[in-house]
Amino acid sequence: MNPQLTTDGRLRHLLTLDGLPRAILTQILDTAESFMDVGEREVKKVPLLRGKSIFNLFFEPSTRTRTTFEIAAKRLSADVVNLNIATSSQTKGEAILDTVDNLAAMHADMFIVRHSQSGAAHFIARNVAPHISVVNAGDGRHAHPTQGLLDMFTIRRYKGAFHNLTVAVVGDVLHSRVARSQIHALTTLGVPEVRVIGPKTLLPAGVEQMGVKVFHNMEQGLAGCDVVIMLRLQNERMRGALLPSAQEYFKFFGLTPEKLALAKPDAIVMHPGPMNRGVEIDSEVADGPQSVILPQVTYGIAVRMAVMAMLAGGSQ
Amino acid sequence: MTASLPDATSLIDALAAAIAPGFDPDTRIVGIHTGGVWVAERLHALLRSPHPIGQLDISFYRDDFSRIGLHPQVKPSNLPYDLEGRPLLLVDDVLHTGRTIRAAMNELFDYGRPALIQLAVLVDRGGRELPIRPDFAGLVLDVPAHQNINLSRLDDGHLTLSIA
Repeated sequence: MNPQLTTDGRLRHLLTLDGLPRAILTQILDTAESFMDVGEREVKKVPLLRGKSIFNLFFEPSTRTRTTFEIAAKRLSADVVNLNIATSSQTKGEAILDTVDNLAAMHADMFIVRHSQSGAAHFIARNVAPHISVVNAGDGRHAHPTQGLLDMFTIRRYKGAFHNLTVAVVGDVLHSRVARSQIHALTTLGVPEVRVIGPKTLLPAGVEQMGVKVFHNMEQGLAGCDVVIMLRLQNERMRGALLPSAQEYFKFFGLTPEKLALAKPDAIVMHPGPMNRGVEIDSEVADGPQSVILPQVTYGIAVRMAVMAMLAGGSQ
Repeated sequence: MTASLPDATSLIDALAAAIAPGFDPDTRIVGIHTGGVWVAERLHALLRSPHPIGQLDISFYRDDFSRIGLHPQVKPSNLPYDLEGRPLLLVDDVLHTGRTIRAAMNELFDYGRPALIQLAVLVDRGGRELPIRPDFAGLVLDVPAHQNINLSRLDDGHLTLSIA
């Protein structure tokens, strides 16, 4: 049984997009569409989560993800508490559960969890009381489901549908939880051709089994694409000599106007941020007319509102 | 049972005739999803309102959210004008407990402060749980609590009332 769903098929936690049915993904995107308008009104709030307490549990630093979760929760009228928890290498599961138990004793209704270890959000979800929901805001290399969803929302807004698209995910797929969530969502939503483009050292072994086409040559991989998703080069996670240098990487896999010209003329360029300008993406592309990188951030608020609203309701 | 209910289109025509004498042309007409929007569309045409029609989905304002959760098909609200200081005509198909109208008014105030809100409903079926009364009702009917009145729209746009 999928631990993310209730017995009657409703969303209970959001931990990964792997295994979530298309109907749920579509419902999240549709609900987010309704929330878009709230950000443009006189009063940018709806009363859905009034009286609920949401804890942002960030065991790994993040500015934008935490902030957009916070704004989303506040627009739903929830009370939000931000906890940035410094973790030492000795931190064990017990310590996490102590934290969670303490917060549950303060009548928490939802935990938004980011952790450097894969599976941390699942671990917490397995150990919380039945009325508490858990949202994974990024765990290790595993998943970042709300980022994947906001990317799908962005694609649907600009392209209208998924069934006729060619989408490329470019760069450091190996270390990227974002890429995994994107690939699961793209295939579930029916994108017929999902490509991953990157050097052999930055693509996980067996990535083809996720239903993608693999390219090691960026020019070939970009040809005819409707959507180009650039990934952050995870410098801070690099161990050993996976790459010769950032300059060398930019030469082969950095998105320049010349390389982008090989995709369709109306192709959009996305990036989950924060960008390394001049490493995986040229500033001219990042700030250019095909870039939808800033709209992605705005859409992230509506998508996170949708997820939290779907999780918080119907508890009785 | 359907046969015992009057024709919905004639009811809307009568409703429009009742609203028309005092109708301020500055009024914005706002329909509540889904049936209220259908009624509002016809009223909008009959009253010759020069302003676009507003649509309200009150899902985010319902008072039973924590019990039953979010409606699986929430539609975006769309109020294509500033309602600050304007008169509004709020339109719904069936008025029952009054909870939908309370939610709709709460939502409207998050867009601004209207000068005036009047309520027009196709059917007032009784059973109020809040102090809310319609300014205009096409039909007043005492319906037992276990029965429901529904407005449906056929493919050709024809509106039909049914009771079940």
